Amino acid sequence: MTSKDLPALTIADLQSLLRLREVSAREVIDALRERIEDVDREVNAYLSVDFDAAAQEAETANVDLPLGGVPIAIKDIINIAGQPCTCASKILSGYRAPYDATVIRNLRAAGAIPCGRTNMDEFAMGSSTENSGLKLTRNPWDLSRVPGGSSGGSAAAVAANEAFGALGTETGGSIRQPAALSGVVGLKPTYGRVSRFGVVAFASSLDQVGPLTKTVRDSALIMNAIAGHDPQETTSLNQAVPDYTARLGRDLRGVRIGVAKEYMIPGTDPQVKSAVDSAVKHMNSLGAEIIDVSLPHTDYAVAVYYILATAEASANLARFDGVRYGYRTENPKDLLDHYSRTRGEGFGQEVKRRIILGTYVLSSGYYDAYYLRAQKVRELIRQDFAKAFEKVDALVSPTSPVPAFKFGERTANPLQMYLADIFTSPANLAGICGISVPCGFAKLNGHRLPVGLQMLGKALDEARILQIAHAYEQSTDWHKAHSPISTSWQNA
Amino acid sequence: MAKPSDLDVRYVAKLARLNLTDAETELFQKQLADVLKYAQKLREVDVGHMEAAAHGVPIFNVFREDEPRDWLTAAQALDNAPHQANGLFIVTKVVE
Repeated sequence: MTSKDLPALTIADLQSLLRLREVSAREVIDALRERIEDVDREVNAYLSVDFDAAAQEAETANVDLPLGGVPIAIKDIINIAGQPCTCASKILSGYRAPYDATVIRNLRAAGAIPCGRTNMDEFAMGSSTENSGLKLTRNPWDLSRVPGGSSGGSAAAVAANEAFGALGTETGGSIRQPAALSGVVGLKPTYGRVSRFGVVAFASSLDQVGPLTKTVRDSALIMNAIAGHDPQETTSLNQAVPDYTARLGRDLRGVRIGVAKEYMIPGTDPQVKSAVDSAVKHMNSLGAEIIDVSLPHTDYAVAVYYILATAEASANLARFDGVRYGYRTENPKDLLDHYSRTRGEGFGQEVKRRIILGTYVLSSGYYDAYYLRAQKVRELIRQDFAKAFEKVDALVSPTSPVPAFKFGERTANPLQMYLADIFTSPANLAGICGISVPCGFAKLNGHRLPVGLQMLGKALDEARILQIAHAYEQSTDWHKAHSPISTSWQNA
Repeated sequence: MAKPSDLDVRYVAKLARLNLTDAETELFQKQLADVLKYAQKLREVDVGHMEAAAHGVPIFNVFREDEPRDWLTAAQALDNAPHQANGLFIVTKVVE
């Protein structure tokens, strides 16, 4: 193995080499730097990477810690002391974080090295990373297509072997969907399982931080580091954290897998449907019991999601006013003009669109009709899942109804883009956990485009969905497939 | 439920302290009317007996000891300000 081969390793394999002292943490950072400098001109996964800071941390890394010496890429919405945190927005240009988010502190305590800030849809609003105010990230499987979003930079970095693993965040699917479109593993933990302290808020009743990785085992390893109670956050769950790797290796015999009839959605791409159907049959052949279930309020989830998420966003984004940090307009005539022009000039179009929608559904006369009603339907969606999980251990579906799409293909019609969140947003509304793992490819114009299989579990059942996802993954070769940009480089 | 046509983007933008160009106002008026029309489907759901859910997890009233602890200094808190002086954030004049 040469240093050029290092970036293709999983976290688990990298750790073995580090612990055997066959490679040093510093050599890993250097190899990663070479890889990023080589391919990120094409992929554009990163907004910035402070290699010198990472190299310095590597010099003192304790490789015997759980993630000792492992570099982890960080979505640009998570604060790291001394580094920019722009949320890919012009309104946070020039901002430098004064402190570490809890997830960063937890990663460091486990020995990991935060390395690089990944691109995203501005303030995590989008499903393609096209709403970044700074750059376009390309899908490593087909550079003419989006990587998904909003954690598109994190997904593309892992898929292109520009990161061993990454943190993303999601509000309605922004970890799972880009993981699916970029062919990697993405986990959304239970609401409250991972602290959001130091993570810029989009919709506080929905947001969660989670890992994007090459394998299910790597996902479990990162979860072991970041999950847990944080007294600085009121929604943080004060519950014991299991070892998420403990159940890995158990088979699927006796596991009950639910398939919801409401998830048979007409707009689903036939190749996506076929890949997911095959995955379900395969799990059945491995001993899992397949059970039909019903989630009757599924059809309302996207409407509920876009009312609640935009309402909360309109309140959370009120803090960006050009007073304490970030962009400020020039020569305002009064304070109102200062606020309105700073925000009008600093925010991109999707963020503005959502602030308008969110402000409207909270405004006097419309609150009951939209916001309050949506909260009540949300409770019905939560109850649907609670009933389903009485009968099954996990629910499976496609992660996204379509594979990666072309740049510009879906931007003209926001409603169409929103509707693609149908499989992912219900889990955020219900606060449950979910994972996306690769389950095949759609073939389009000579390109292989990854398809993601989603597995949802009840609240705090991450260990079980990781076990099920791992058993499926290990019985297939999908996770061993590499994006063209990784293989072309390896053969060079 | 209100009619989607009730949305007046120009008025809501004022409430949100958000300057929009004429082109944005016109575009959002059309696009958000479509989104609100889609949201009308929530009218079909019987929610008469439902409690509103603030989020998916039943946690209420989280308290901690009210004790002083170290946090950012004033200088650190001011460090990102576009305009600061004398330990204060400087903004556009609000009194004559």
